[in-house]
Amino acid sequence: MESLLYLIPAMLFLGGLGLAGFLWALRSGQYDDMEGNASRILFDDDDKPLPAPEEEKKK
Amino acid sequence: MTKACLHCGDPVPSLSEGGDGFCCKGCEGAYNLINGLGLKTYYERRTIDPEIKALRPDEDGAMINYRAHIIEEEDATKTLYLMVEGIHCAACVWLIETALAKQDGVLQARVNMSTRRLVLKWRGDDIDPNELVGTINALGYRLVPFDPCLLNSENQKSEKELLRALAVAGFATANVMLFSVSVWAGYSQGMMESTRDLMHWLSALVAMPAVAYAGRPFFRSALTALKSGRTNMDVPISLAVILTAAMSLVQVINSEEHVYFDSSISLLFFLLIGRYLDRRARGRARGAAEHLLGLNAVAVSVLLDDGTQSLLPPDQVKDGMTVLSTAGERIAVDGVIVDGQSDIDTSLISGESVPVTVKTDDRVFAGTTNLSGALKIKVTATGESTLLAEIVRLMEEAEAGRAKYVAIADRVAQQYGPVVNVLALGTFLFWFFIAGAAWHEALLTAVAVLIITCPCALALAVPVVQVIASGRLMRQGILVKTGTALERLAQVKHVVFDKTGTLTQGRAELVNRTEIDDEAVMLAASIAAASKHPLSRALCRAVGRVSVKSGVQEISGNGLAWQDVRLGSRNWCGDEAAPLSAGPELWLNQPDKAPICFRFEDNLRRDAQDVITQLKAQGYGLHLLSGDRTEPVRKVAEDLAIDDWKAQCTPKAKCDALEKLDHPLMVGDGLNDAPALAAAHVSLSPSTAIDVSQTAADAVFQGDRLRPVIEALGVAKKAEILVKQNFALAFIYNGVTIPLAVAGYVTPLIAAVAMSTSSLVVIANALRLSRGKL
Repeated sequence: MESLLYLIPAMLFLGGLGLAGFLWALRSGQYDDMEGNASRILFDDDDKPLPAPEEEKKK
Repeated sequence: MTKACLHCGDPVPSLSEGGDGFCCKGCEGAYNLINGLGLKTYYERRTIDPEIKALRPDEDGAMINYRAHIIEEEDATKTLYLMVEGIHCAACVWLIETALAKQDGVLQARVNMSTRRLVLKWRGDDIDPNELVGTINALGYRLVPFDPCLLNSENQKSEKELLRALAVAGFATANVMLFSVSVWAGYSQGMMESTRDLMHWLSALVAMPAVAYAGRPFFRSALTALKSGRTNMDVPISLAVILTAAMSLVQVINSEEHVYFDSSISLLFFLLIGRYLDRRARGRARGAAEHLLGLNAVAVSVLLDDGTQSLLPPDQVKDGMTVLSTAGERIAVDGVIVDGQSDIDTSLISGESVPVTVKTDDRVFAGTTNLSGALKIKVTATGESTLLAEIVRLMEEAEAGRAKYVAIADRVAQQYGPVVNVLALGTFLFWFFIAGAAWHEALLTAVAVLIITCPCALALAVPVVQVIASGRLMRQGILVKTGTALERLAQVKHVVFDKTGTLTQGRAELVNRTEIDDEAVMLAASIAAASKHPLSRALCRAVGRVSVKSGVQEISGNGLAWQDVRLGSRNWCGDEAAPLSAGPELWLNQPDKAPICFRFEDNLRRDAQDVITQLKAQGYGLHLLSGDRTEPVRKVAEDLAIDDWKAQCTPKAKCDALEKLDHPLMVGDGLNDAPALAAAHVSLSPSTAIDVSQTAADAVFQGDRLRPVIEALGVAKKAEILVKQNFALAFIYNGVTIPLAVAGYVTPLIAAVAMSTSSLVVIANALRLSRGKL
């Protein structure tokens, strides 16, 4: 049962990491254009990353 | 065999002006431009779909002055927000972005393929935005500026908030469920009390903040409803979620056996899924409708005091300015003609199908189309104009009436909420006073009743069906904009059509092609190709692609002249003695030959007959209300066998006629239909409709066919059946579980199982609508 003592925090941490990752992706506009991004990966030239949206910059 | 155009793939006509490899100059230009930028791979990238062709640049499309729409930022970067028409695959996105990025000074060019919007950023004062955007115009895409602050930012914000809440709820649900499953496993394997309490504390740690965060959309809506003295579905939801979480917290502190954190948070999770999908479907439909509207907006060419012309967006045109309108253009302002004479097509305003002649000092209205001559129009305030003011007033009246409609989910909630709350209170009183339980045990049982009755399935019953229904309609080009439109569509008993532009195509078609010999038709078409006049356009459409004759002169108010050949109105080059035809006509006059008459009519939509027959067979009452003269309306009504028709209706008369009908569906496109669209129980309008009407309508359909009317009614009917089934399923489930809960037999495990299964059953039932026949 002692294993729980580190397994549970590890689980919460990893889950939280996933959640934080998702919220970050959402915030940085990666969910704004699902259709376009699906095809964009097929372009073989270099694609610069999106700059942060306007509201974020001002904060 | 004819060769295919290197750019658009159309067959190359003999003697093409674009040279050997191209069908027209525009394609040649686009091809050379793409080549010059080194983007030839576009032709390999684009999906070769036989249905979709590369765009052919439209040389005479209205030019817009993009300078007026630049948004400048502090660091000297300039931004343009543009809607793009013509994107059909990822290759288009790539082409637009790369073509722009290659220009000097461009910092960013990013196309959003889902919303068809382009953000263009650049730096440097010497860069002309019109030139930048002109590159893309030359490729055949049409770009229209829009204001990012105005367009559905509110909607997007709430959609994002829901998605964030959904993510948090999902994370919490998964983790709390893990703890709960261990506790449930512990029942049979003998978990020590201290371990169980640890699990409960951990659940509380995850669930409490998650509930507080993810529940906000529901709490807020419930509060607003309560404040105004109403209840809606969110009131019982909020109550159940909050009470469950609070009660469980007390249980944990007292180290009791049963906690319901998992129910509380998974309830939120399920409901958020429904709500998010609902919002997204609605947002996409609305976004697409706004996109259509935005593209319709044209630039107005204004004559400045110093004699120069400038192109302005319609909202920047002020009173007293002088506006130029050329033949073939839709007039974008209300005003008085100061110079010029022309025929104008007022069908979008009044339903009248025959053009009206206007001259100096006559009033013209936004939404009419200038057919023949150039006009100078002095802008007068829209508020003064009697017609528009009348229509706006009628619409406001009509809309107030419609706001009374209450969504079925809210009607159910109004009945259901109090019953549940009374039941929970009764349970508490029974256990506390009669059965003599301790107060917190009695309260726990009461909370269990709340959880089990909590309208999870009930709250999902409507949105899931609506999402699937509006998704299905959207795939067919029907954009459902208002939330309750589907419910109202299902109640429709009568279908009322407008004539011009709704039952008919709203544009002239050549009707006597077969009577005229080919040589004359080709000659006439190649002269007509030089003009933007709607009849010339119709003539070219009837013939297909022709090469344009060079040296065609446009003689204002009369027609076109090429060498000795004249093409134009009856009294200019026609045979005055010939019998009058029903619709507009064009005459071709060649030297030494008898003049030839080309007759045009506004034909019915191709499937109008079928649609009317089917609607009749389905038992709908059919009506025709038109602002047009009696004769053409009678003809259409007789052709389609619509018994109840009325011609020369004013907007007010249309509203009055609708009032007498039981649950009418109004289908219309003109400004004169707008009040009727707002007054009808539910309304549809084609995407060619005037903007006021599109805004007033509950749903907008795209394409040349009338079939969407049947489709929308069918899907709505089916959706209503499914919603009712879903309610029945939810009530059956409640009928079984409520007695268990009142009796105090519901453990957290049973609650979780019951809730998930009922939700899944409801969702599975709704999914039946996504495919298959109606």
